[in-house]
Amino acid sequence: MLIDFFAAVGDVLSSESTYINGALFAALLAFAATGEWVAERSGTLNISVEGMLLSGAFAGALGYHLAESIAVGLLFGAVGGMVIAAVQAEMSHRLTADQFVVGLTLNILIVGLTGFLDREIDPKASYASEVKIPILVDIPLFGEALFGEPWPFYLLYGLVPLSWWLVYRTRWGLELRAAGENPQSADVSGIDVNLRRRQCIYYAGFTSGLGGAYFLFARLATFDDSVISGQGFIAIAAVIFGGWTLWGTIGGCVLFAGALSFQLSLQGLGYELNTELLQTLPYLVTIGAMALFAKQVRPPAALARPFVRGLK
Amino acid sequence: MKRGARASEWTALYALSIVSALALSSVIVEATGGNWWPVVEALVDGSVKAPGRWGETLGVAAPLLLVALGTVVSAKAGLINIGQEGQLLMGAAFAVYFSFRIGGPGPVNVALLLLFGALGGAVWASLAGLLRFWRGVPEVLSTLLLVFVAVQAVGYGLKQQWLLLADEASRGNRNLVSAQLPGDNRIPRPDIFGNEFPITVYVALGLALAVAYLLARTVWGFRLRMLGHNPRAAQRAGVSSTIFGATALAIGGAFAGLAGAAMFAGGGFAFGNYRLVPGFSDNIGWTGLLVALMARERALAAVVAAFVFAGLRTGSGFVNSTGVESRITDVVQGLLVLALLVPPAVVFLLDRRRARAAATERV
Repeated sequence: MLIDFFAAVGDVLSSESTYINGALFAALLAFAATGEWVAERSGTLNISVEGMLLSGAFAGALGYHLAESIAVGLLFGAVGGMVIAAVQAEMSHRLTADQFVVGLTLNILIVGLTGFLDREIDPKASYASEVKIPILVDIPLFGEALFGEPWPFYLLYGLVPLSWWLVYRTRWGLELRAAGENPQSADVSGIDVNLRRRQCIYYAGFTSGLGGAYFLFARLATFDDSVISGQGFIAIAAVIFGGWTLWGTIGGCVLFAGALSFQLSLQGLGYELNTELLQTLPYLVTIGAMALFAKQVRPPAALARPFVRGLK
Repeated sequence: MKRGARASEWTALYALSIVSALALSSVIVEATGGNWWPVVEALVDGSVKAPGRWGETLGVAAPLLLVALGTVVSAKAGLINIGQEGQLLMGAAFAVYFSFRIGGPGPVNVALLLLFGALGGAVWASLAGLLRFWRGVPEVLSTLLLVFVAVQAVGYGLKQQWLLLADEASRGNRNLVSAQLPGDNRIPRPDIFGNEFPITVYVALGLALAVAYLLARTVWGFRLRMLGHNPRAAQRAGVSSTIFGATALAIGGAFAGLAGAAMFAGGGFAFGNYRLVPGFSDNIGWTGLLVALMARERALAAVVAAFVFAGLRTGSGFVNSTGVESRITDVVQGLLVLALLVPPAVVFLLDRRRARAAATERV
């Protein structure tokens, strides 16, 4: 039994499809987690990221349905994510509604809304074509996974460094980090804290919406209101796992996606293991990793604390 | 500002936001080629007007209210429990497992079954509590992730005869189904004016009163609210965030588990017909969470909210006949909750503006 298990793990780890699947899921998580990371650095624990992903996936399908173009679909997806972001940002950081309540409600609302619209409109989408980057794609094991993916995947290679640069190398980034660490001081020095936070939520909506649409075109090709089930929350877990650093966050995405792809590959290779246990593996790994590391890291000091001048 | 003017301001704001939510829903229906009024009529028919329907609605409202009450308790302590769906399923699973093993006379077994349901939910929520207060994992993540684990765990149990699966004789050609609860172990469903609903409705109402009283009028409730409002002040006043927080989470889970057990033993609207089946929880946990959000953490307001949402749910069965997809009711629910968040926030901003204006006048 144990030897069988190790043989299975060996097979899975030496199979290229594990890495291809892993990269596909990691990219979904990374799109969402990158935006979420920016939002959290500015002080918002934005749990509507789940709804943003779903909204992005649906809007992507709608865009493709209307224009028969993946690029338009991705654009729609980004806008779809930003619509959710608009509600979240304006309600929690202009009006002073509780950010968790707004986010939770949005998440549930979007499942209903996309489910309703999906059955009424029934948009048709399709797969994006794969682009293989010469030479790099021939690297054994990893090559195909990192350089032989459907083309929207490569947006991530621009988005992640761009986010890093925005947060660490621009004035805007300094200001948003100040808003997340010490909003009172930021406010006194003339930074509009809630404006920065709203902008960061919009940014999270942009990347997550893009991520939802990417996932639709890279993996699903047909929309269903159950395509996103908890990935947004796993992305939040990745941010915490990464200790609110971008590279740690991406590492978390790779780890959690690895668990998911491990489960899929094991089934794909024909190993008979307890399916229920395998299905829960990604969630168990996420919970386990959080239990090990959540205490080791320091969150932005004002994370999830609303800023109202003169009050908090 | 006069009291009357203030009350009318609140009323106007609430009326405006509810109307906007409904108007937006109607726009969505009309934009997708449906008609709004027939949908409304179908909803009213399906939830209260047609014969026997308000009994159905009450039967759905009871578990929703139970889930919402638990959510209110944990929210008051400043904890965000969003795993009710899984806690409810675990409660139902515990109830099933123990109800077929304990036996005993009917009423005693019903009470035990409900207790074990509550225990199951509490255990599941306490896992999140343990992770939160021992390992620092935010409960908003762990409770949610545990939903997926609960679904798979119950799915596993339904495949194993030593856990939940019925023996071959009683399950016929069905797979993944628990044994059916025998007649004398079911919660009674008396008939009132042609409507029947399980008596758990009264239990839920009683618990709503109890929760409202506990939170508003007891030292324990005060400490809990203090913890929610200002953890640091609570700490200084000797309120242990670990003990009170973990208790609040466990209570939240217990209510969800109780709801699951009550659904299992109470029968009614599509709740598996006294059997545990996959998909048994049927979004009651999520909707119950929405009920608590809509009630803005007040136990008595949750009674009304639970009835409204139960009505939307039972009414949705009638909506399909109008040619509009019945999931529109999910949209209406979400929009209503979202709209009801607006008035308090607006009043808060208006109050600040008025206070600032008054302060400048004095200078």
